[in-house]
Amino acid sequence: MDIKVLRDNHKLLAEYKYELGKIDKGYTGRSLFVNISENKIESKPVSQMMKDKFVGGKGFGLWYLWNATTPSTKWNDPENEIIICGGPVCGITQYPGSGKSLVCSISPATDMPIDSNVGGYFGPLLKFSGWDALELQGKSEKDIIIVIDGNNGTVRIEEASLEAVDGHVLGEQLTEMYADNEEDKRNVAVVTAGSGAEHTRMGLLNFTFYDPRRKVARLKQAGRGGIGTVFRDKKVKALVVKFSSVKGDLNNPFDQGILNRTGIKLHKEVHDLDPKQNNMRKIGTANIIEVMDEYDLLPVMNYQYGNHPDTQKIKSTVFIDKYITQGVQDGCWYGCSLACAKAADNFLLKTGPYKGHKVTVDGPEYENAAGLGSNCAIFDPEGILELNFYCDTYGIDTISFGTATAFAMECYERGIINKEITGGLELNFGNFDSAAQLLHQMSKGEGFGVVVGQGIHRMKELFAEKYGADADFLFDIGMEQKGLEYSEYGSKESLAQQGGYGLTNKGPQHDEAWLIFMDMVNNQIPTFEDKAEALHYFPMFRTWFGLYGLCKLPWNDIAPANNKFTSEPAKIPEHVQNYLDIVYGVTGKRLGTDDMVRESERVYNFQRIFNIRLGKGLRKNDKTPYRSMGPVTKEEYESRQERYDGQLKEKIGYDVTGKTTEEKMAVLRSYREDQYEKLTDAVYKRRGWNSNGVPTIEHLKELGMDLPELIEVVKGLQ
Amino acid sequence: MIKVNNRDFQWEQGMTVDDIMKIKKFSWPKIIVKINGQHVEEEDYKTRIVNDGDDVQMLHLLAGG
Repeated sequence: MDIKVLRDNHKLLAEYKYELGKIDKGYTGRSLFVNISENKIESKPVSQMMKDKFVGGKGFGLWYLWNATTPSTKWNDPENEIIICGGPVCGITQYPGSGKSLVCSISPATDMPIDSNVGGYFGPLLKFSGWDALELQGKSEKDIIIVIDGNNGTVRIEEASLEAVDGHVLGEQLTEMYADNEEDKRNVAVVTAGSGAEHTRMGLLNFTFYDPRRKVARLKQAGRGGIGTVFRDKKVKALVVKFSSVKGDLNNPFDQGILNRTGIKLHKEVHDLDPKQNNMRKIGTANIIEVMDEYDLLPVMNYQYGNHPDTQKIKSTVFIDKYITQGVQDGCWYGCSLACAKAADNFLLKTGPYKGHKVTVDGPEYENAAGLGSNCAIFDPEGILELNFYCDTYGIDTISFGTATAFAMECYERGIINKEITGGLELNFGNFDSAAQLLHQMSKGEGFGVVVGQGIHRMKELFAEKYGADADFLFDIGMEQKGLEYSEYGSKESLAQQGGYGLTNKGPQHDEAWLIFMDMVNNQIPTFEDKAEALHYFPMFRTWFGLYGLCKLPWNDIAPANNKFTSEPAKIPEHVQNYLDIVYGVTGKRLGTDDMVRESERVYNFQRIFNIRLGKGLRKNDKTPYRSMGPVTKEEYESRQERYDGQLKEKIGYDVTGKTTEEKMAVLRSYREDQYEKLTDAVYKRRGWNSNGVPTIEHLKELGMDLPELIEVVKGLQ
Repeated sequence: MIKVNNRDFQWEQGMTVDDIMKIKKFSWPKIIVKINGQHVEEEDYKTRIVNDGDDVQMLHLLAGG
């Protein structure tokens, strides 16, 4: 449809004019509040307390969300918010990975706060337009878009009924609509969800950045926890921001020179070492597909196994050689030389409403290849790219879709569900056509796709209650915790990673801690106390990225040549110092590593208490499915019998001679579940929590987080 | 017998760092190798002989994902 026709059909609901202002050392000092129930637009000051205790990014997001909601707020209540905030470092162009936004909301998957980080231009352009954060509340009756013009100082809420919903079409339409010309398109950033987000609980947000070489609006995803579902439930079709004067000093930094020097140092490392290390510039995170297979960590057939002979068909070089365009700038924000946002161009779609279209597919990332591929036994690169594309444009999280589909496939293979229940879909492992049908059904809101789209937590309840399935078995094989689907790593052989998934605030997403190599392979953290220390440091360190608007990948997907000579190479000390220098350069705050951990601890404990306030966040909520810990079925045990028999003998002193597989499985399970409980005790202690997982008042005082509203929540649980 | 990452590992006469990596299927590109605390450079993996009783560390650098 003609862009002019679309725009002429818009109906202005509210307009707000503001002074553009100036950023001071990374902060604009104000947030943009938009209530779409009342068509109200306001400026809210950012207080010194917010900067001191919450820093920015997800810290600001969680603080606003806490104040906007009550202990009984549900994800689809009008008071639930979507907050987008970059953080004080967000938007610098000197250091790779400095354009991230953090998005917070109460999740339809977990019924508690979720945070999801995302690249693309929206976060930085929002700040340069004069706003540290966007706080979106309320529900509209009709489809709307919100347009922030950072050149002229206006915010508008417009009814927009004719535009598409799917991300790749709507991103293009609105980029075209709000850019003055082709060159101006890079100054427009759009946030969309997609049609699938309307009918599932796993909706995501697409954040665009315009790619002038490909001439397409590229899509980066705030994928986890169903924030796209909240977005569409509010009847928001899109957010648009426009700002036309991006420069390297717009944060008005405290010391520009240190930013320049630190950035140049890392750019040189990337140039010299990336081809010998992770090859991020060629294939991005998908470089580890075959590595995970070789270490028996790749999820195969709903995490039953860790490798498969057919992984060779989807290994990274297949995508490099046949699909991923090489030699183009793939940074999702200016200045990112790591450039991991890879894409397959002119990809011909074979199914669905866009069948026959040649499109740009943003991906595959590792999680897409593993979740949509090996976990569903779809060892077909074109199948993976097709599912990747449709997940993105429909606004569906690839990780939740992949893990939930793998669960449904295992249930189908085991006869727990059948063709009658699936509406005729043959959900065998490896059936690409059925997986694609599920996705298209999610987009249309029909069929078994809607059931899978509710996520594993709700599928388990449905299959047990309606179809008489064994609830205990479903709990064992359903790879979800707290309502969120696991991301795509097998954790059976790493106790630390079982905690890295299970002892998290938002659910089993590896962005808090990925400890498998340190634990399982390197054997660097053998005791419970060692593991607990790692499960304190790494989640705090990684939380910190989300406070400042930083990407984690340039921290450890590239390492300095002399890193091996440091005392703690896993932490990449030189890069940690880089980050401390950058924060100093932007804000003038001179932090040490202890301060860094302390800043994160404040927000991390706040989020834990937020969970408790909503009836979660206790020890019982940190229980994990047994498949994350060990072999649930006889086939799983026997496929790695030598390993398990050996462990029974060496670790427990159990004589396996003459024992049945079932007997051995029971002993192994008892041992591993006990190990997880002991780990939980050690981690809670290290984090300053009591045995029920509740932060102690004493610890909150130490952190300076003994705010009355927090004490009120935890005082009865001490 | 030698130690590899603090676990017992069957030693054989003439065994090199590269041999151990092949047996263990260690293919990750960022591995730090130390024998008895001394670094071994990647270009020496095929020629560096490991002696009986050595303490070998093969530290995979990935704390991310």
